[in-house]
Amino acid sequence: MSATLAVLRKDLRLELRTFETLPAMVLFSLSTFVIFHFALARTTISGQLAAGVLTVTLLFAALLGAGRLFVAEREQGGFDAFLLAPVDRNALLLAKATAMFVFLVVLEVIAVPAFGLLLLGPPLGPRLAGLVAVIALADVALSVIGTLVSAIAIHTRARDMISPIIGLPLLLPALIATARAAAPVLAHRSAASPPGKWLLILALYDVVFALLSYAVFDFLLED
Amino acid sequence: MDQPAIELRGLTRRFGERAALADVSVRLPVGATLAVLGRNGAGKSTLLRILATLLRPHSGRVSVLGQPLPRAAYAVRARVGLLAHEPLLYRDLSGRENLDYHARLHGVAPERVQRLLEAVGMGARADDPVRSLSRGLVQRLAVCRAVLHEPIVLLLDEPGANLDPQAAELIEPLVGGGNGRTCVLTSHDPSAAMERADLVLGLRDGRASFVLPPAEVTEPQLRKLYA
Repeated sequence: MSATLAVLRKDLRLELRTFETLPAMVLFSLSTFVIFHFALARTTISGQLAAGVLTVTLLFAALLGAGRLFVAEREQGGFDAFLLAPVDRNALLLAKATAMFVFLVVLEVIAVPAFGLLLLGPPLGPRLAGLVAVIALADVALSVIGTLVSAIAIHTRARDMISPIIGLPLLLPALIATARAAAPVLAHRSAASPPGKWLLILALYDVVFALLSYAVFDFLLED
Repeated sequence: MDQPAIELRGLTRRFGERAALADVSVRLPVGATLAVLGRNGAGKSTLLRILATLLRPHSGRVSVLGQPLPRAAYAVRARVGLLAHEPLLYRDLSGRENLDYHARLHGVAPERVQRLLEAVGMGARADDPVRSLSRGLVQRLAVCRAVLHEPIVLLLDEPGANLDPQAAELIEPLVGGGNGRTCVLTSHDPSAAMERADLVLGLRDGRASFVLPPAEVTEPQLRKLYA
Protein backbone atom coordinates (compact mmCIF):
# COMPACT_ATOMS: atom_id res chain seq x y z
CA MET A 1 0.00 0.00 0.00
CA SER A 2 2.88 2.38 0.75
CA ALA A 3 4.16 1.92 -2.82
CA THR A 4 0.70 2.79 -4.17
CA LEU A 5 0.59 5.92 -2.03
CA ALA A 6 4.12 6.89 -3.07
CA VAL A 7 3.26 6.64 -6.79
CA LEU A 8 -0.09 8.40 -6.32
CA ARG A 9 1.49 11.22 -4.38
CA LYS A 10 4.19 11.60 -7.00
CA ASP A 11 1.62 11.65 -9.84
CA LEU A 12 -0.59 14.26 -8.16
CA ARG A 13 2.45 16.38 -7.37
CA LEU A 14 3.62 16.16 -10.99
CA GLU A 15 0.17 17.19 -12.22
CA LEU A 16 0.02 20.13 -9.81
CA ARG A 17 3.41 21.22 -11.03
CA THR A 18 2.92 20.80 -14.78
CA PHE A 19 -0.88 20.99 -15.31
CA GLU A 20 -0.48 18.81 -18.39
CA THR A 21 -3.60 16.65 -18.04
CA LEU A 22 -6.45 18.21 -16.07
CA PRO A 23 -6.70 21.57 -17.86
CA ALA A 24 -6.84 19.73 -21.20
CA MET A 25 -9.65 17.47 -19.92
CA VAL A 26 -11.61 20.44 -18.52
CA LEU A 27 -11.17 22.59 -21.62
CA PHE A 28 -12.18 19.71 -23.87
CA SER A 29 -15.37 19.10 -21.87
CA LEU A 30 -16.35 22.77 -21.72
CA SER A 31 -15.72 23.22 -25.44
CA THR A 32 -17.79 20.14 -26.23
CA PHE A 33 -20.74 21.42 -24.18
CA VAL A 34 -20.54 24.78 -25.99
CA ILE A 35 -20.47 22.96 -29.35
CA PHE A 36 -23.50 20.86 -28.38
CA HIS A 37 -25.27 23.98 -27.12
CA PHE A 38 -25.04 25.57 -30.56
CA ALA A 39 -25.16 22.41 -32.69
CA LEU A 40 -28.38 21.14 -31.16
CA ALA A 41 -29.93 24.61 -31.44
CA ARG A 42 -32.00 24.05 -28.32
CA THR A 43 -32.06 26.05 -25.14
CA THR A 44 -32.31 22.92 -23.00
CA ILE A 45 -32.01 19.17 -23.37
CA SER A 46 -33.18 16.42 -21.03
CA GLY A 47 -33.58 12.68 -20.54
CA GLN A 48 -31.73 10.29 -22.83
CA LEU A 49 -30.28 13.05 -25.03
CA ALA A 50 -28.83 14.90 -22.02
CA ALA A 51 -27.46 11.67 -20.57
CA GLY A 52 -25.86 10.81 -23.90
CA VAL A 53 -24.22 14.21 -24.30
CA LEU A 54 -22.86 14.16 -20.73
CA THR A 55 -21.63 10.56 -20.89
CA VAL A 56 -19.93 10.85 -24.28
CA THR A 57 -18.21 14.08 -23.29
CA LEU A 58 -16.87 12.61 -20.06
CA LEU A 59 -15.79 9.46 -21.90
CA PHE A 60 -13.70 11.35 -24.45
CA ALA A 61 -12.26 13.64 -21.78
CA ALA A 62 -11.29 10.53 -19.80
CA LEU A 63 -9.56 9.02 -22.84
CA LEU A 64 -7.67 12.28 -23.26
CA GLY A 65 -6.46 12.03 -19.66
CA ALA A 66 -5.72 8.31 -19.86
CA GLY A 67 -3.44 8.93 -22.83
CA ARG A 68 -1.16 11.00 -20.57
CA LEU A 69 -1.13 8.62 -17.58
CA PHE A 70 2.12 6.82 -18.35
CA VAL A 71 3.90 9.44 -20.46
CA ALA A 72 6.26 10.55 -17.68
CA GLU A 73 6.99 6.91 -16.81
CA ARG A 74 7.88 6.17 -20.43
CA GLU A 75 9.80 9.35 -21.28
CA GLN A 76 11.62 9.90 -17.98
CA GLY A 77 12.47 6.35 -16.99
CA GLY A 78 9.72 6.02 -14.39
CA PHE A 79 8.90 2.47 -15.52
CA ASP A 80 12.45 1.26 -14.99
CA ALA A 81 12.76 3.07 -11.67
CA PHE A 82 9.52 1.50 -10.45
CA LEU A 83 10.45 -1.97 -11.72
CA LEU A 84 13.78 -1.78 -9.87
CA ALA A 85 11.96 -1.45 -6.55
CA PRO A 86 10.96 -4.54 -4.58
CA VAL A 87 7.24 -3.77 -4.71
CA ASP A 88 4.11 -5.41 -6.11
CA ARG A 89 3.71 -4.21 -9.71
CA ASN A 90 -0.03 -3.86 -9.23
CA ALA A 91 0.76 -0.92 -6.93
CA LEU A 92 1.37 1.02 -10.16
CA LEU A 93 -2.04 0.01 -11.54
CA LEU A 94 -3.80 0.98 -8.33
CA ALA A 95 -1.98 4.31 -8.09
CA LYS A 96 -2.57 5.24 -11.73
CA ALA A 97 -6.25 4.26 -11.59
CA THR A 98 -6.69 6.28 -8.39
CA ALA A 99 -4.93 9.28 -9.95
CA MET A 100 -7.24 8.97 -12.97
CA PHE A 101 -10.26 8.78 -10.64
CA VAL A 102 -9.11 11.96 -8.86
CA PHE A 103 -8.65 13.73 -12.22
CA LEU A 104 -12.17 12.70 -13.26
CA VAL A 105 -13.72 13.90 -9.99
CA VAL A 106 -12.00 17.29 -10.33
CA LEU A 107 -13.10 17.47 -13.97
CA GLU A 108 -16.72 16.70 -13.06
CA VAL A 109 -16.80 19.26 -10.25
CA ILE A 110 -16.24 21.84 -13.01
CA ALA A 111 -17.85 20.17 -16.04
CA VAL A 112 -21.17 18.99 -14.58
CA PRO A 113 -22.26 22.46 -13.34
CA ALA A 114 -21.17 23.85 -16.73
CA PHE A 115 -23.28 21.16 -18.43
CA GLY A 116 -26.24 22.15 -16.24
CA LEU A 117 -25.77 25.80 -17.08
CA LEU A 118 -25.27 25.42 -20.83
CA LEU A 119 -27.60 22.54 -21.67
CA LEU A 120 -29.75 21.25 -18.85
CA GLY A 121 -32.11 24.02 -17.87
CA PRO A 122 -33.76 23.62 -14.46
CA PRO A 123 -31.45 22.68 -11.56
CA LEU A 124 -31.33 19.00 -10.61
CA GLY A 125 -32.11 19.60 -6.95
CA PRO A 126 -32.50 16.33 -5.01
CA ARG A 127 -31.84 14.29 -8.19
CA LEU A 128 -28.19 15.38 -8.02
CA ALA A 129 -27.39 12.56 -5.56
CA GLY A 130 -28.56 9.98 -8.10
CA LEU A 131 -26.42 11.55 -10.83
CA VAL A 132 -23.40 11.57 -8.51
CA ALA A 133 -23.86 7.82 -7.87
CA VAL A 134 -24.05 7.07 -11.60
CA ILE A 135 -21.03 9.21 -12.42
CA ALA A 136 -18.99 7.72 -9.55
CA LEU A 137 -19.57 4.19 -10.87
CA ALA A 138 -18.77 5.35 -14.40
CA ASP A 139 -15.56 6.97 -13.12
CA VAL A 140 -14.38 3.65 -11.71
CA ALA A 141 -14.85 2.01 -15.12
CA LEU A 142 -13.15 4.92 -16.90
CA SER A 143 -10.24 4.88 -14.44
CA VAL A 144 -9.61 1.14 -14.49
CA ILE A 145 -10.06 0.62 -18.24
CA GLY A 146 -8.32 3.92 -19.04
CA THR A 147 -5.28 2.82 -17.01
CA LEU A 148 -5.22 -0.63 -18.57
CA VAL A 149 -5.52 0.70 -22.11
CA SER A 150 -2.93 3.39 -21.47
CA ALA A 151 -0.48 0.80 -20.11
CA ILE A 152 -0.93 -1.22 -23.31
CA ALA A 153 -0.73 1.79 -25.63
CA ILE A 154 2.33 3.38 -24.06
CA HIS A 155 4.55 0.58 -25.36
CA THR A 156 3.43 1.14 -28.94
CA ARG A 157 4.59 3.71 -31.46
CA ALA A 158 1.06 4.87 -32.31
CA ARG A 159 -0.02 5.23 -28.69
CA ASP A 160 -2.28 8.24 -29.35
CA MET A 161 -4.33 6.12 -31.75
CA ILE A 162 -4.17 2.86 -29.82
CA SER A 163 -5.80 4.27 -26.66
CA PRO A 164 -9.17 5.14 -28.27
CA ILE A 165 -9.08 2.15 -30.64
CA ILE A 166 -8.84 -0.31 -27.74
CA GLY A 167 -10.54 1.82 -25.11
CA LEU A 168 -13.79 2.70 -26.88
CA PRO A 169 -14.97 -0.88 -27.52
CA LEU A 170 -14.05 -1.89 -23.98
CA LEU A 171 -15.91 1.11 -22.56
CA LEU A 172 -19.00 0.71 -24.72
CA PRO A 173 -21.00 -1.38 -22.19
CA ALA A 174 -20.09 1.10 -19.44
CA LEU A 175 -21.12 3.97 -21.69
CA ILE A 176 -24.51 2.38 -22.40
CA ALA A 177 -25.14 1.60 -18.73
CA THR A 178 -24.12 5.12 -17.65
CA ALA A 179 -26.34 6.80 -20.23
CA ARG A 180 -29.31 4.57 -19.39
CA ALA A 181 -28.85 5.06 -15.64
CA ALA A 182 -28.47 8.84 -15.95
CA ALA A 183 -31.39 9.39 -18.38
CA PRO A 184 -34.27 9.37 -15.84
CA VAL A 185 -32.28 11.58 -13.47
CA LEU A 186 -31.72 14.17 -16.21
CA ALA A 187 -35.35 14.16 -17.42
CA HIS A 188 -37.25 17.40 -16.79
CA ARG A 189 -40.03 17.28 -14.19
CA SER A 190 -38.89 13.89 -13.01
CA ALA A 191 -38.26 12.77 -9.46
CA ALA A 192 -36.75 9.50 -10.62
CA SER A 193 -33.62 8.04 -9.14
CA PRO A 194 -31.31 6.01 -11.41
CA PRO A 195 -32.65 2.54 -12.33
CA GLY A 196 -31.14 -0.12 -10.07
CA LYS A 197 -30.65 -2.52 -12.99
CA TRP A 198 -28.25 -0.22 -14.83
CA LEU A 199 -26.42 0.76 -11.64
CA LEU A 200 -25.90 -2.93 -10.92
CA ILE A 201 -24.60 -3.59 -14.44
CA LEU A 202 -22.22 -0.66 -14.09
CA ALA A 203 -21.00 -1.89 -10.69
CA LEU A 204 -20.51 -5.43 -12.01
CA TYR A 205 -18.59 -4.07 -14.99
CA ASP A 206 -16.34 -2.15 -12.58
CA VAL A 207 -15.63 -5.26 -10.53
CA VAL A 208 -14.97 -7.50 -13.55
CA PHE A 209 -12.53 -5.04 -15.14
CA ALA A 210 -10.81 -4.29 -11.84
CA LEU A 211 -10.14 -8.01 -11.39
CA LEU A 212 -9.12 -8.46 -15.03
CA SER A 213 -6.73 -5.50 -14.84
CA TYR A 214 -5.24 -6.85 -11.62
CA ALA A 215 -4.65 -10.21 -13.31
CA VAL A 216 -2.98 -8.91 -16.49
CA PHE A 217 -1.21 -5.72 -15.44
CA ASP A 218 1.94 -7.53 -14.33
CA PHE A 219 2.39 -8.95 -17.85
CA LEU A 220 2.02 -5.51 -19.42
CA LEU A 221 5.15 -4.37 -17.60
CA GLU A 222 7.27 -7.28 -18.83
CA ASP A 223 9.94 -6.47 -21.38
CA MET B 1 33.71 -23.38 -3.70
CA ASP B 2 32.17 -20.06 -2.57
CA GLN B 3 28.96 -18.97 -4.18
CA PRO B 4 29.64 -16.24 -6.73
CA ALA B 5 27.86 -12.88 -6.54
CA ILE B 6 27.04 -13.08 -10.24
CA GLU B 7 27.07 -16.11 -12.48
CA LEU B 8 26.24 -16.13 -16.19
CA ARG B 9 26.25 -19.36 -18.17
CA GLY B 10 25.60 -19.16 -21.89
CA LEU B 11 23.54 -15.98 -21.50
CA THR B 12 21.78 -14.98 -24.71
CA ARG B 13 19.41 -12.09 -25.29
CA ARG B 14 17.97 -11.08 -28.64
CA PHE B 15 16.15 -8.01 -29.90
CA GLY B 16 14.22 -9.34 -32.86
CA GLU B 17 16.70 -11.17 -35.08
CA ARG B 18 19.75 -9.46 -33.58
CA ALA B 19 21.52 -11.08 -30.65
CA ALA B 20 22.50 -8.32 -28.22
CA LEU B 21 24.23 -10.94 -26.07
CA ALA B 22 25.23 -14.39 -27.27
CA ASP B 23 26.53 -17.23 -25.12
CA VAL B 24 28.17 -15.03 -22.47
CA SER B 25 29.58 -16.80 -19.42
CA VAL B 26 31.14 -15.06 -16.40
CA ARG B 27 31.62 -15.95 -12.76
CA LEU B 28 32.19 -12.98 -10.44
CA PRO B 29 33.07 -13.57 -6.78
CA VAL B 30 31.39 -11.62 -3.97
CA GLY B 31 33.03 -8.24 -3.39
CA ALA B 32 34.76 -8.21 -6.78
CA THR B 33 34.45 -5.65 -9.55
CA LEU B 34 33.77 -6.62 -13.15
CA ALA B 35 34.59 -4.12 -15.89
CA VAL B 36 32.59 -4.66 -19.06
CA LEU B 37 34.31 -3.17 -22.09
CA GLY B 38 33.25 -2.88 -25.69
CA ARG B 39 32.17 -0.55 -28.45
CA ASN B 40 28.76 1.10 -28.62
CA GLY B 41 26.12 -1.59 -29.17
CA ALA B 42 28.38 -4.37 -27.91
CA GLY B 43 25.75 -5.43 -25.35
CA LYS B 44 27.09 -3.75 -22.19
CA SER B 45 23.86 -1.97 -21.21
CA THR B 46 21.78 -5.04 -22.09
CA LEU B 47 23.90 -7.09 -19.70
CA LEU B 48 23.35 -4.56 -16.91
CA ARG B 49 19.60 -4.47 -17.55
CA ILE B 50 19.39 -8.27 -17.34
CA LEU B 51 21.31 -8.28 -14.05
CA ALA B 52 19.01 -5.50 -12.78
CA THR B 53 15.97 -7.73 -13.57
CA LEU B 54 14.65 -5.25 -16.17
CA LEU B 55 15.18 -7.63 -19.10
CA ARG B 56 14.69 -11.38 -19.33
CA PRO B 57 17.43 -13.59 -20.71
CA HIS B 58 16.28 -15.62 -23.71
CA SER B 59 18.52 -18.54 -22.94
CA GLY B 60 21.31 -19.50 -20.59
CA ARG B 61 21.42 -19.19 -16.83
CA VAL B 62 21.76 -16.01 -14.79
CA SER B 63 22.06 -15.88 -11.04
CA VAL B 64 22.65 -12.88 -8.78
CA LEU B 65 23.62 -13.50 -5.16
CA GLY B 66 22.65 -17.13 -5.64
CA GLN B 67 19.15 -16.26 -6.87
CA PRO B 68 18.19 -17.40 -10.37
CA LEU B 69 16.83 -14.76 -12.74
CA PRO B 70 14.18 -13.99 -13.78
CA ARG B 71 12.44 -16.41 -11.37
CA ALA B 72 13.75 -14.76 -8.18
CA ALA B 73 13.72 -11.20 -9.57
CA TYR B 74 11.66 -9.90 -6.65
CA ALA B 75 14.23 -11.08 -4.09
CA VAL B 76 17.13 -9.65 -6.11
CA ARG B 77 15.69 -6.17 -6.68
CA ALA B 78 16.15 -4.98 -3.10
CA ARG B 79 19.84 -5.93 -3.23
CA VAL B 80 20.78 -4.50 -6.61
CA GLY B 81 21.32 -0.86 -7.53
CA LEU B 82 21.39 0.30 -11.15
CA LEU B 83 22.98 3.49 -12.39
CA ALA B 84 21.69 3.49 -15.93
CA HIS B 85 22.37 5.63 -18.99
CA GLU B 86 19.21 7.60 -18.19
CA PRO B 87 19.02 9.12 -14.71
CA LEU B 88 15.53 7.64 -14.05
CA LEU B 89 14.43 10.89 -12.42
CA TYR B 90 11.31 12.99 -13.05
CA ARG B 91 12.34 16.28 -14.62
CA ASP B 92 9.55 18.33 -13.03
CA LEU B 93 10.27 17.15 -9.49
CA SER B 94 13.19 18.37 -7.43
CA GLY B 95 16.12 16.13 -6.61
CA ARG B 96 14.86 15.75 -3.05
CA GLU B 97 11.32 14.88 -4.19
CA ASN B 98 12.69 12.29 -6.60
CA LEU B 99 14.82 10.68 -3.92
CA ASP B 100 11.98 10.81 -1.38
CA TYR B 101 9.80 8.96 -3.89
CA HIS B 102 12.43 6.25 -4.40
CA ALA B 103 13.05 6.05 -0.66
CA ARG B 104 9.35 5.27 -0.15
CA LEU B 105 9.39 2.61 -2.87
CA HIS B 106 12.43 0.96 -1.28
CA GLY B 107 11.29 1.44 2.32
CA VAL B 108 14.31 3.61 3.13
CA ALA B 109 14.26 6.15 5.99
CA PRO B 110 13.95 9.77 4.73
CA GLU B 111 17.05 10.82 6.70
CA ARG B 112 19.21 8.85 4.26
CA VAL B 113 18.04 11.11 1.43
CA GLN B 114 19.44 14.19 3.16
CA ARG B 115 22.68 12.41 4.03
CA LEU B 116 23.19 11.34 0.42
CA LEU B 117 22.38 14.78 -0.97
CA GLU B 118 25.01 16.28 1.28
CA ALA B 119 27.50 13.53 0.44
CA VAL B 120 27.35 14.41 -3.27
CA GLY B 121 27.41 18.15 -2.65
CA MET B 122 23.79 18.70 -3.67
CA GLY B 123 22.51 20.18 -0.41
CA ALA B 124 22.05 23.68 -1.86
CA ARG B 125 20.39 22.59 -5.14
CA ALA B 126 18.32 19.71 -3.74
CA ASP B 127 15.03 21.59 -4.08
CA ASP B 128 15.55 22.76 -7.67
CA PRO B 129 13.63 20.93 -10.39
CA VAL B 130 15.77 18.31 -12.09
CA ARG B 131 15.12 19.93 -15.49
CA SER B 132 16.98 23.05 -14.29
CA LEU B 133 20.13 21.15 -13.29
CA SER B 134 23.26 20.56 -15.35
CA ARG B 135 24.02 17.04 -16.59
CA GLY B 136 26.71 16.67 -13.97
CA LEU B 137 24.35 17.54 -11.13
CA VAL B 138 21.70 15.18 -12.54
CA GLN B 139 24.32 12.41 -12.63
CA ARG B 140 25.08 13.06 -8.94
CA LEU B 141 21.37 12.64 -8.18
CA ALA B 142 21.24 9.49 -10.29
CA VAL B 143 24.07 8.07 -8.20
CA CYS B 144 22.12 8.90 -5.03
CA ARG B 145 19.08 7.10 -6.45
CA ALA B 146 21.12 4.03 -7.36
CA VAL B 147 22.68 3.64 -3.91
CA LEU B 148 19.72 4.89 -1.84
CA HIS B 149 18.78 1.42 -0.57
CA GLU B 150 22.40 0.40 0.06
CA PRO B 151 22.55 -2.35 -2.56
CA ILE B 152 25.05 -5.19 -2.25
CA VAL B 153 25.46 -5.40 -6.03
CA LEU B 154 26.03 -2.17 -7.97
CA LEU B 155 25.47 -2.04 -11.71
CA LEU B 156 27.10 1.07 -13.10
CA ASP B 157 26.70 2.21 -16.69
CA GLU B 158 29.35 4.86 -17.25
CA PRO B 159 29.32 6.12 -13.65
CA GLY B 160 31.71 8.97 -14.40
CA ALA B 161 29.67 10.34 -17.30
CA ASN B 162 29.30 14.15 -17.21
CA LEU B 163 31.19 14.44 -13.91
CA ASP B 164 34.10 16.80 -13.33
CA PRO B 165 37.06 15.44 -11.30
CA GLN B 166 35.76 16.98 -8.05
CA ALA B 167 32.31 15.41 -8.49
CA ALA B 168 33.88 12.08 -9.46
CA GLU B 169 35.78 12.20 -6.18
CA LEU B 170 32.56 12.93 -4.27
CA ILE B 171 30.69 9.95 -5.69
CA GLU B 172 33.64 7.54 -5.44
CA PRO B 173 32.82 6.41 -1.85
CA LEU B 174 29.24 5.70 -2.96
CA VAL B 175 29.94 3.71 -6.12
CA GLY B 176 33.45 2.40 -5.52
CA GLY B 177 34.14 -1.20 -4.60
CA GLY B 178 35.07 -2.36 -1.13
CA ASN B 179 32.92 -3.11 1.93
CA GLY B 180 32.07 -6.47 0.34
CA ARG B 181 30.11 -4.71 -2.41
CA THR B 182 30.11 -6.33 -5.82
CA CYS B 183 30.28 -4.01 -8.83
CA VAL B 184 29.69 -4.40 -12.53
CA LEU B 185 30.69 -1.31 -14.45
CA THR B 186 30.78 -0.36 -18.08
CA SER B 187 33.07 2.29 -19.41
CA HIS B 188 34.43 3.68 -22.64
CA ASP B 189 37.69 4.40 -20.82
CA PRO B 190 39.33 0.94 -20.66
CA SER B 191 42.37 1.94 -18.61
CA ALA B 192 40.30 3.66 -15.89
CA ALA B 193 37.86 0.75 -15.74
CA MET B 194 40.62 -1.85 -15.56
CA GLU B 195 42.28 0.05 -12.74
CA ARG B 196 39.21 -0.60 -10.59
CA ALA B 197 38.41 -4.09 -11.84
CA ASP B 198 39.23 -7.56 -10.58
CA LEU B 199 37.92 -9.10 -13.78
CA VAL B 200 37.43 -7.72 -17.29
CA LEU B 201 34.79 -8.87 -19.76
CA GLY B 202 35.42 -7.77 -23.34
CA LEU B 203 32.24 -7.78 -25.41
CA ARG B 204 32.21 -7.59 -29.18
CA ASP B 205 28.88 -7.81 -31.04
CA GLY B 206 27.31 -9.43 -27.99
CA ARG B 207 29.93 -12.17 -27.66
CA ALA B 208 32.57 -12.45 -24.96
CA SER B 209 35.96 -11.82 -26.59
CA PHE B 210 37.75 -12.43 -23.30
CA VAL B 211 37.11 -12.76 -19.58
CA LEU B 212 40.41 -12.11 -17.84
CA PRO B 213 41.96 -10.42 -14.83
CA PRO B 214 43.08 -6.90 -15.86
CA ALA B 215 46.79 -7.77 -15.67
CA GLU B 216 46.31 -10.43 -18.34
CA VAL B 217 44.45 -8.23 -20.82
CA THR B 218 46.83 -7.37 -23.65
CA GLU B 219 46.95 -4.27 -25.81
CA PRO B 220 46.14 -6.21 -29.04
CA GLN B 221 43.06 -7.70 -27.34
CA LEU B 222 41.83 -4.20 -26.44
CA ARG B 223 42.58 -2.86 -29.91
CA LYS B 224 40.65 -5.75 -31.48
CA LEU B 225 37.73 -5.08 -29.12
CA TYR B 226 37.38 -1.49 -30.28
CA ALA B 227 38.42 -2.03 -33.90
